[in-house]
Formats: sequence, C-alpha cells, structure tokens
Amino acid sequence: MSISVRNVSKRFGDFVALDGVSITVAPGSLTALLGPSGSGKSTLLRVIAGLETPDSGSVFIEERDMTGRRPQDRGVGFVFQHYAAFKHMTVFQNVAFGLAIRKRPRAEIRKRVAELLELVQLDGLAGRYPSQLSGGQRQRMGLARALAVEPSVLLLDEPFGALDARVRTELRDWLRRLHDETRTTTVIVTHDQEEAMEVADEVVVMHRGKVEQVAGPRELYDLPANEFVMTFVGQANRLGDAFVRPHDLELTLEPNGTTREAMIERIVHLGFEVRLDLVREDGERLQVQITRDEAEQLELESRQIVFVKPTRQTTFR
Amino acid sequence: MNARKLTLRAIALGYLLVILVAPLSLVVWRTFAYDASGAWKALSDPDTVHAFKVTLEAAAVAVPLNTLFGVLCGLAIVRRRFPGKGLVNAFVDLPLALSPVVVGLALFLLYGRTGWFGSWLNGHGYQVLFALPSIVIATVFVSVPFVAREVIPTLREIGDEQEQAAHTLGASSWQTFWRVTLPSIRWAVVYGIVLTTSRCLGEYGAVAVVSGSIQGKTETATLRVQEEYENLNTGGVYGISLVLAAIAVTTLILMSIVKPSEERY
Repeated sequence: MSISVRNVSKRFGDFVALDGVSITVAPGSLTALLGPSGSGKSTLLRVIAGLETPDSGSVFIEERDMTGRRPQDRGVGFVFQHYAAFKHMTVFQNVAFGLAIRKRPRAEIRKRVAELLELVQLDGLAGRYPSQLSGGQRQRMGLARALAVEPSVLLLDEPFGALDARVRTELRDWLRRLHDETRTTTVIVTHDQEEAMEVADEVVVMHRGKVEQVAGPRELYDLPANEFVMTFVGQANRLGDAFVRPHDLELTLEPNGTTREAMIERIVHLGFEVRLDLVREDGERLQVQITRDEAEQLELESRQIVFVKPTRQTTFR
Repeated sequence: MNARKLTLRAIALGYLLVILVAPLSLVVWRTFAYDASGAWKALSDPDTVHAFKVTLEAAAVAVPLNTLFGVLCGLAIVRRRFPGKGLVNAFVDLPLALSPVVVGLALFLLYGRTGWFGSWLNGHGYQVLFALPSIVIATVFVSVPFVAREVIPTLREIGDEQEQAAHTLGASSWQTFWRVTLPSIRWAVVYGIVLTTSRCLGEYGAVAVVSGSIQGKTETATLRVQEEYENLNTGGVYGISLVLAAIAVTTLILMSIVKPSEERY
C-alpha cells in the first residue's frame, strides 16, 4: 500500500524537526529513511504512524487521508528501537495483543501466533517473558507483534540500533527476505548508510528536517545530488572543489605530471580491502581504498611517499 | 564477609531493633504478661468496637478515593502537559509537609459554624464537625499523597513506548490503560494502597481536632488509645495498640507474600 507525505512540517519548541517534507513510498517497496541524528527521520516515521501530530501538511496511506486520525485507526505496524515489549506479558501474549484487541476467536489467535512465531524463529519460546529473551529475540518478537494484525504498512524505527553488529547484519538479511516474501510496504529508519543501502529498494536521505535526495542505493552512491549526500553516503575526499571516493584514487610510486604527492601515514588491512591514510604537503588528508593485491604489488610501507591521481571525481555547481 | 560490611549490617539492624522492633515487642509482651484480661475487656467494650468501626469506615472511603485520585493524578503529571502541572505536583505532597494538627485546624475553620462551607452546610441541616463526615474528610486529606508518590516514579521509569505500541496495535486509550499501563504499575499501586491504609488507620492529629472524640460516636481507634491512657486503663491501651499494630504488620506480610520475587520486570 502506498504512503504519501505532503508538505509536512513539525517543530519542537525552537527546533525544526521537519521542514516541508514530501515523500512518496511505492506499494510493496522497502524504503529507508537515512540521515544523521536530528535529521527528522524518526519524526517523519512517527508522523506517518500518527504517534506525532504534524503542525502542517498531510499524510495519505492507500490514498486515504490519515492526517487527523489516531494511530489505532491507521492500520500500521510499528517496530520500536528499544522493542517496547509488554514486559508483563509472555511472548505469546505480546504477539497476540493486536488480535485480542480485535476480539478474534481464540483458536484463530492461537493459530496465527504460532505461524508468526515460526516465521520469526521464536517457536518454543511462546511462554517466555521478554526479560528472558536476548535483544535480537525481543526485536523479532516486536516484528511478529506488528505483523500479527496484517498492517497495510510496516514502519521500523531504527529496529536494529540497539543490537550488536553480528546480530544486526543477521536481522538485516532476514528482514530483506521477509519483505521479499510478504511484500508489505515497509519504511525503515536508520542512521547507518550501509544498512540503508543493503536493505532498501529506495533511500530517502534526510538532513536538518529536509529531504536531500530520493534514489536507489546505486544512484545515490554514483550520482549524489549534493555535497551532503556525497559525504554522508559513503566516504569522500575533498580535492579543491571536487569530491573523490577513496577507491577512485589511483596510486603510483612515480610522479607523472597530473599526480599529487602524499605521504602514507597509516595502513589498515581489512581483509580484501586495504585502507590508506595519506597526508599531503599542505597538511590535507586523503583516504584511499585499494585491494590487497594492489597493496602487495606496490609493496607499500608506512611513511613512504606515493603519488595519487583521481580516476573519477564529482563536482557540485 | 569483611569487617566493614559486618559493621554496616550491625548498625542497620541495631537501628531497626531500637527504633522499631523493641517498642513493638514491648507492646505485645505487655499486653499478654501485664494485663491480658484487662486488654480483652477493653477490646470487647462496645465503645472500642465502635471506635474500630469508625476507623475502618474512614479508611473504606479514603483508600479507594485516594487510589483512584493517585493513579489519575500520576498519569496526568507524568503523561500529560497542562498549565499548573508543577503546582499540582507540589500540592500532592502538602499533606506530608503539614502537621496533621494544622490540617485539623484548617478543616475546623472551614467546616465550623462560621466557616465558608460550615455555615452553608449547617444552614441545610448537615453536621460535619464532631461527626463522621469530618473524620472521613480529615483521613482523606492526610492520606492523599501515598498512591500518587508510588505511581509517579514507576510511570516515569516505564516510559510511554509500551503505550504507543499498544496504540499502533489498535488499542484505544481505555484498553491501553487496562491492558498495558495498569499491569505495569500494579505493584506501585498495591504498595501505595498499603501505605495509604496504614496512614488511615494510624491517623490521630487531624481527627483529634475535628472529631471531638465523643465516646461511642466519633472516637476512632487511635483516639480510643488516648482515652484509655487518660483513664489509666493500661490493659486497654496495650490491647488496642496491639490490634492496630497487628493489622499493619499483617498487611505488610501479606503484601510480601503476594508480591512476586522479581518485583520489577
């Protein structure tokens, strides 16, 4: 089901959280709202869910105007960063909550909850309390709870933010597969650009309450709309007016007219990738990314002088 | 265990022993060893029975009323924004700060023959002072803060995310309150009720001023203790005190049994 946000603004006191934001989310898509903290991404998600009332503008879900409607009337599933588990209820009761509110027959609830617990791989833990679950398990329970009522849209607010790195990647893959199966229109808020690029079809980059760019992961990286997107999504070096990605710098041991001289300050081996921190004569720093093979061929060492040349660069205006 | 821990423990236990356990045990011991028949006689006196009845009646009104008020007030203070919130928050504590005697005096002035409410009520044939209503009002007044004071920090601690989650899952405010909020704060409410009840049973000062202590009419259990003391009927003093203490101790023990070991999830 599609979501359409039209010209929404929201202030908290003097702080402008959203400044005339408009976005459209295609039915069945997985969209990420990406931005640094304070960019307004969570507020936008909460406005869509009805947990926050916008000062102006409107929200449409499935072409229906939801602007003044209460959260319970919007048919959205919401997943919270800190799980918001009902601590006094078992896993079963948590997942069954939405169905119990809708007064569904008991047999149906039992069947549906069993299905969902299997889907989120929590079967066998139905009788546990949230305090007896790990963070990853709690968040999967949160997802099952949100999915139980068959929401028209699923909204996730930094769902993996409180989890450790390994569990986070695991759940990210799992969410992607789940979405491929269910095709529920999903919006995920994240400050982690890698997470956004990996999981989403489309990424909305936000900064200071405004939308900077809406694009697919590839376009976002290759054709950033402005300086902010260029530097926020992926790494970028500044060379005068131009921006260069760390892997778009060619490294040689001899100068050849167009190259610039720099000294290797640090070499970081990250498996397949080798990251170099360079310092130029004028004190400016550069990050270069090369493969392990390239690094071995050049026999690079710390404090060595090398020559760099951009193979591809981006200039704005 | 090191010496420092032992010393700390000894100080804590010693303090409790001197301040709480010793006087209480003395009451028990004196009741049975000194004048058991006198205690029983005083307890079966119709005036004493009536005094207990008055105390329980006042508590029966004050406890439910202040439980309801405490929960609503806690929700309003923690979850809502409204003008004068700070003032309400401060006023809830007022009965703790004021001496009960002052409370009694204030009620006396308000409901007396020439008081603001008193003159109107008297004109319509209602007697408040020196009658059950004044005892109830005084008891309600002094026991206002306890449920609210227990509920407010608990509400703050649990935050409102669970309530938001309930809303997104389709629950109305009413359903959210009964299914999510109240179960989360239930032990705070229970503990608040225990404290409120204890305060109601033990109230002396304010009631002493407004009730007039008329035997068999407006005398509460604590006033009865005072009465027996003045009449040099020590058996009665110990007997009634013992019953009051027993009620308090029983409620506390009952609560610790009912309350699950993992009190906070």
